[in-house]
Amino acid sequence: MTGEGGKRWLARKTWIDAAYDPKMRALAFQALLALVLVFLFVEVVRNTAANLEKQNIASGFDFLARTAGFDISQTLVPYTSKSTYARAFFVGLSNTLLVAVLGIALATVLGFALGIARGSPNWLASRLALAYVEVVRNVPLLLQLLVWYVAVLRALPMPQGALALPGGAFLDTRGLHLPRLVVENGGGLVAAVIGLSLIGAAWLWRRRRARADEPADPVDVVGRGLVVLLPVLAVLLALKATLATPQLGRFNYEDGLSIEPEFLALLIGLSTYTAAFIAEIVRAGLDGVPKGQREAAAALGLSRRQALRFVILPQALRIIIPPLTNQYLNLTKNSSLAVAIGYPDLVSVFSGTVLNQTGQAVEVILITMAVYLAISLATALLMNWFNVRTAWAER
Amino acid sequence: MRISTAKSERSATPFETWGGKLRATLFPTLLQSVVSLVLMALIAHVAYAFIDWAFIRAVFTGSDGSACRVEGAGACWPFITHKMNLFLYGRYPEAELWRVHLTYGLALAGVVPLFVPGVPRKPAILAYVLLVFPLLAFILLSGGVLGLPLVRTDLWGGLLLTLVIATVGIAASFPLGILLALARRSELPFVRWTSTAYIELVRGVPLVTVLFMASVMLPLFLPPDVTIDKLLRALVGVALFSAAYLAEVVRGGLQAIPRGQYEAADALGLGYWRKMAFVILPQAIRLVIPGIVNSFIALFKDTSLVLIIGLFDLIGIVEQSVQADAKWSSPQTAATGYFFAAAVFWIFCFAMSRASAALETKLQVGARS
Repeated sequence: MTGEGGKRWLARKTWIDAAYDPKMRALAFQALLALVLVFLFVEVVRNTAANLEKQNIASGFDFLARTAGFDISQTLVPYTSKSTYARAFFVGLSNTLLVAVLGIALATVLGFALGIARGSPNWLASRLALAYVEVVRNVPLLLQLLVWYVAVLRALPMPQGALALPGGAFLDTRGLHLPRLVVENGGGLVAAVIGLSLIGAAWLWRRRRARADEPADPVDVVGRGLVVLLPVLAVLLALKATLATPQLGRFNYEDGLSIEPEFLALLIGLSTYTAAFIAEIVRAGLDGVPKGQREAAAALGLSRRQALRFVILPQALRIIIPPLTNQYLNLTKNSSLAVAIGYPDLVSVFSGTVLNQTGQAVEVILITMAVYLAISLATALLMNWFNVRTAWAER
Repeated sequence: MRISTAKSERSATPFETWGGKLRATLFPTLLQSVVSLVLMALIAHVAYAFIDWAFIRAVFTGSDGSACRVEGAGACWPFITHKMNLFLYGRYPEAELWRVHLTYGLALAGVVPLFVPGVPRKPAILAYVLLVFPLLAFILLSGGVLGLPLVRTDLWGGLLLTLVIATVGIAASFPLGILLALARRSELPFVRWTSTAYIELVRGVPLVTVLFMASVMLPLFLPPDVTIDKLLRALVGVALFSAAYLAEVVRGGLQAIPRGQYEAADALGLGYWRKMAFVILPQAIRLVIPGIVNSFIALFKDTSLVLIIGLFDLIGIVEQSVQADAKWSSPQTAATGYFFAAAVFWIFCFAMSRASAALETKLQVGARS
């Protein structure tokens, strides 16, 4: 009897021991979390299935192959209202990527200019840059997009009274009309030359990096750009490429390359907004370079501009690039505000029109989110790669 | 290579006189002088254009948009004054507006003492702000109890809705954000993975898609007999979104706490939750208060996106009035309305960013002593 009691006591002791054993507790806690998550997931799936059945909504991805039946105002890939939903998705995606890539380029240029102006010895320039940053940063982007679209671009004159811009371009309430490059035949040749020139530029880049044990100077990119540009120009001249300038037709400008006001508003709004944040990042980066570096550059007899280009900026880039990546991602994600001004981006086309027509909210929104996640991931990887390349070896 | 002498010249310039200062800051070299003059011309041009629009050519009186439709008219101010109540409170019943004002008063009574140095019993005030006030505000604004008439949430709008979404969003995301931050630094792998996946997932997608999800998918996720208020859906979306960003801010604070603090708490025999609640989190959160204010500013601006799922916050209601009210339509109505909304948002955001910067300096001074 004593033995049995002892055993029971022992058993109880091990049970208590287990309850206080950190390993067991950790395991139990995680198992509990997993259970809760699985329960939530099952519950959500069950409810969704029941709701969808009640509302007679199909599920699955078959809808992607069906005919879309609506028009899209700006298409980079061939598309008509007879195309499929899948094609509409690609139209939206390409429009998102277009505005994101151009927006990033513009925001970077403007942001760096403003950030450098913030540190300018010229009192007016630095104050003006500060005023820009403080005004633009503290007003919601959505409002700025509405201002650009409704109050600025839609308030422009009708085509008959369009503003003539230098270089044969026109700006009116229907958008921006640019001259268009016309190559009668031999478009393939132009593409081939561009490709070869790019390879040449990349080769030059690698050779220079291999020779000089120093980070690539961003300004040299211009020099390498010439390697691409010159052969292309030569071929275009040889092919007698012509510029088709926009001509005022009966109602609209024709012949030229017309850019929709929705796209313009989104591009201007996104890049001016993001530029304010980039300017602050650039300023912080420039401030982050030790003062001795400036003094050393001055002691070497470099002018302020030379010091900035050869000494300060290359070092500041190391501080600037990680938060800059964040701003690029923000710009890409913010391009989804296109839906508010009717630019046919991914969200507007797919999560808007396609969702309303098919009712398949779960599939549509999951696809949209997955695309943004993929873009975020890809940009992060690309910028990390660039960061590693420009980073200096730690001593 | 040209040797610059600008620097030595500048430091030699006497700063005693205004003229000397002006010359040193604006006209040190020929190039700088040109830049300064161009910028001055730009400023003068913009300032004149604005004054001309906002005052000289502006319309100040009128009961509809007819005066603003005159050729060459500037800002259409009567549009703002006539619609002020709509912009500030949406369609909240006029007889019940005192409830909104009382709520604002209660909020200020809680928040202002928190930021004034030397006020005693701050923990009690914080408890009021975080626990008592939300309940009071909900009862006051929504009504339906204690003899207060019910005001349905679809009548809430304008600046009121902006403030409600931003405040509830940050208040609800705060505990969730702290939990996520703790989980992301947890030693339990499954907990850590779950939190990391959630945070990265949410931060990788735009708020618009999260709001779409909350608006369209959330009703599907719930049992078929449960209906969920449109405002509540938006709030859930905003809170879940903002929690991921707040978690990263708090994680920054957690990482900045020296190891010794963790070890000291362990040596005192504190368990995980006590260690976090009484030793680590109070220090970590203090460190990241500026970051939290910045997330709040971002959230405040982002509330405007609820327009996309059919709620009318300040921007939504201005946009609706601009687009849909034929009585007030004129070439300048849109510009005037947007200017008003921008000014309101700017004042709020700028004040908060100043407060955040001031706090940052104060906390840094505190940490050093």
